[in-house]
Amino acid sequence: MRSFIRANPTETKLFLVLVAICLFLSLASDSFLTLGNFASLLNNNSVNVIWAVGLLVVLIAGGIDISFAVAASVVQYLCVYAFEAIGGGNWVIGFLVAGALGIALGFINAALVHYFRIISIVVTIATFNAMFGLLMFITSGRYLYNLPEWWTDRVMIFETQTAGGWVELALPVAVMAGAMTATWFLIRHTTTGRQLFAFGDNPEGARRAGVNVGLMQFIAFGWMGLMAGIGGLIQANIVKEVVPNALIGRELEVLAAVVLGGARLGGGRGSVLGCFLGVLLVAVTQNGLNLLGVSPFAFKMVVGVIILIAISMSNLELDVLVKAVRGGR
Amino acid sequence: MGAMFQKDQGLDAGASVPAIRLSHVSKMFAGVVRALDDVSFEVGRGEIHCLAGENGSGKSTLIKIITGVYKPEPGAGMEYFGKAETSITPNSARGHGIAVIWQDLALFPEMTVAENIGFDTLLGSWPRLVSHRGIRETAQAALAKLGLDLDLEARLNTQPIAVRQVVAIARALVSDARLIFMDEPTASLTQAETDHLLAVVRTLSAAGVAVVFVSHRLAEVLEIASRVTVLRDGRLVGVYETQGMTQSRLTELMTGKTFDMVVGARDSSANRTVLEVKNLARQDEYEDVSLVIRAGEIIGLTGLIGAGRTELGHTLFGMTRPDRGTTCLDGEVLTMRSNRDAVAAGIAYVSEDRLALGLVQPQSIADNLVMPVLRKISGRGGLLSRRKKGDVVGKWLTDLAIKIGRSEDAVATLSGGNQQRVVLAKWLATEPKVLILDSPTVGVDVGARAGIYKIVRKLADQGLAILLISDEVPEVYFNTDRILHMAGGRLIGEYDPRRTTLHELEVAVYA
Repeated sequence: MRSFIRANPTETKLFLVLVAICLFLSLASDSFLTLGNFASLLNNNSVNVIWAVGLLVVLIAGGIDISFAVAASVVQYLCVYAFEAIGGGNWVIGFLVAGALGIALGFINAALVHYFRIISIVVTIATFNAMFGLLMFITSGRYLYNLPEWWTDRVMIFETQTAGGWVELALPVAVMAGAMTATWFLIRHTTTGRQLFAFGDNPEGARRAGVNVGLMQFIAFGWMGLMAGIGGLIQANIVKEVVPNALIGRELEVLAAVVLGGARLGGGRGSVLGCFLGVLLVAVTQNGLNLLGVSPFAFKMVVGVIILIAISMSNLELDVLVKAVRGGR
Repeated sequence: MGAMFQKDQGLDAGASVPAIRLSHVSKMFAGVVRALDDVSFEVGRGEIHCLAGENGSGKSTLIKIITGVYKPEPGAGMEYFGKAETSITPNSARGHGIAVIWQDLALFPEMTVAENIGFDTLLGSWPRLVSHRGIRETAQAALAKLGLDLDLEARLNTQPIAVRQVVAIARALVSDARLIFMDEPTASLTQAETDHLLAVVRTLSAAGVAVVFVSHRLAEVLEIASRVTVLRDGRLVGVYETQGMTQSRLTELMTGKTFDMVVGARDSSANRTVLEVKNLARQDEYEDVSLVIRAGEIIGLTGLIGAGRTELGHTLFGMTRPDRGTTCLDGEVLTMRSNRDAVAAGIAYVSEDRLALGLVQPQSIADNLVMPVLRKISGRGGLLSRRKKGDVVGKWLTDLAIKIGRSEDAVATLSGGNQQRVVLAKWLATEPKVLILDSPTVGVDVGARAGIYKIVRKLADQGLAILLISDEVPEVYFNTDRILHMAGGRLIGEYDPRRTTLHELEVAVYA
């Protein structure tokens, strides 16, 4: 336990902040600390977590991607047409098609970053605008409701009745768990994952050591694309419609949560657990404000403040602070 | 010089088949510039060898040829552990057990010590499972070879630079290195850390691993290496036994010039006091510091790294505030809220970290030079005056004899010695009364050092009060008028170079 805290100081602090907020909310509102509320929190935030772990891999490799939410929208539209073309499909085909389309979009970013040596924030701002513009232009902003039945059906993986009503966990939560496990395995337990960390940490050092730098970019943005595609598929399952501009803005929300979770802009640091806690912290705060009857217009403001406080706290290491005050070296 | 032919132990072990033997190696760039001209180079197995030469003498080019980064011109003979090689690549050099530890170490600061050491076992394009325990064991084994024990789970960026240096060596051992090149390994180490590193190098040598040192610090070169290969302007000057070799002789060989190592101290006790510090103290940094610098005087402030020298320098430059004590400039008490106040009052500070703090590398020489005097060179309406800027730049480039192509070239294109001159020029342009120089010759080669010392002396002659901070005792001994010895944040001794021997001073500081 002690070694876990030492190796994951950010995650530990974030967890403590989360616990503090939960304690406060459970005292302030009697509907917060219920199984039903927690289940719905998980259901509603699974897509953000799926995206977060994808973005985590890009951040670890020293890049950034703000185009993934738009990429997810593009995947949703392409999926609708693809499923129509093959006359229906099912979840297996759905995952394969959405995943493959997402990876393809991710590879475009990777290729631009790697072959044209453009920094990733510029590349993804460009692809963000290009994809969004193209999507709005081609669809004329049309919503799609006629999705295949399997896609919009609510698949339960767990349900039980409690005094407070039904507690249900739906398919998105299972997919979220799968995405988290797969990402955790990739970055912690494969040589490729460790190379991603090294590449993000010191690109020149990694290159000299013999790491295939181009491969790293394609894996990072490919993984992000995969998660963007799958997240898009799941998002449509939750809202049962496809709207071209529905996901815009989510990229910054997810980015904030991932950075909150200890991933470093600049590469080399971050964890799946941190991502999860980061998304959860934002979600719990919003949920709590909702239950407390705060105006929804104030949500964003409060969430912004929470993010600022949490990031300052997680960056605050006492020994570093002492050194800074002393002004020594 | 009878000792020149005496064989070293390390040499005997593999005298028949050297670790590496190069003959007639030349390298031309763009078909004209001869970076290397018919150089031979040999390192015995387990030998500690030094590669000496000024910047631009061809040391790096030679290392890059040996490690397969560059191809030599046809006609070169290259033998690795007895095996003749016609075309060497970075991979095949690695296969022969050749490793280079560059000055920037190429480590991964966010990863653990264990992962840094065992990183090469993680390579390969196809994903494999990582055995975290396997990496720890690999790291442990490499450190055991060096007789060391480190905290394997600590993140590297929490570790001091000396530990990182050792980590880089251990990493080379993991990939079975038999010949390790070390580029300026001690540049940022304290004396104690340097001693420790040299001990590690000896352990390596005893285990049959040859080490080639590239270092500007001649004292340690002579202490540790058994032989030294000297290059000058891309040509081989010779290979010498280090026994019987002196620093001044080696300097001569490297530069082709004679430098007199004479005490330059003068008596300036009659001059007026410029800076007077009384009982200055700052928690955990320094305590009860009192000193006086007179016009035209060069004061040396020496002591081990961590003695509080740089911290004191920061306070005198207004970057940190003292808890107690007073600073007087020209008889008036000085209260500084930031270093802007210090600059305005006439104090200039040349930082020890020239590359990171002293210069904006990608910007032009001219832009770097005028940075602290932008207000002075602005004309009507606060816009910069090109003419005034040109005047300032021209004056200082001539005064300090900075050899450059165009003043619009990026600072990064200059050699270390010339970069240091640009930093100096930049601060001199503020027309200071007091100049604080913190380790002004770190990473500057011998020839260029002499040039910098000459400038410093000239500035003192013009009436500047100078504080020269350095952990290299000979530097302060030969180039200052009075030496203050700092340890544990206190000034514990004052020496007059004319009444002290270098040896006495070195014993006092390093012991």
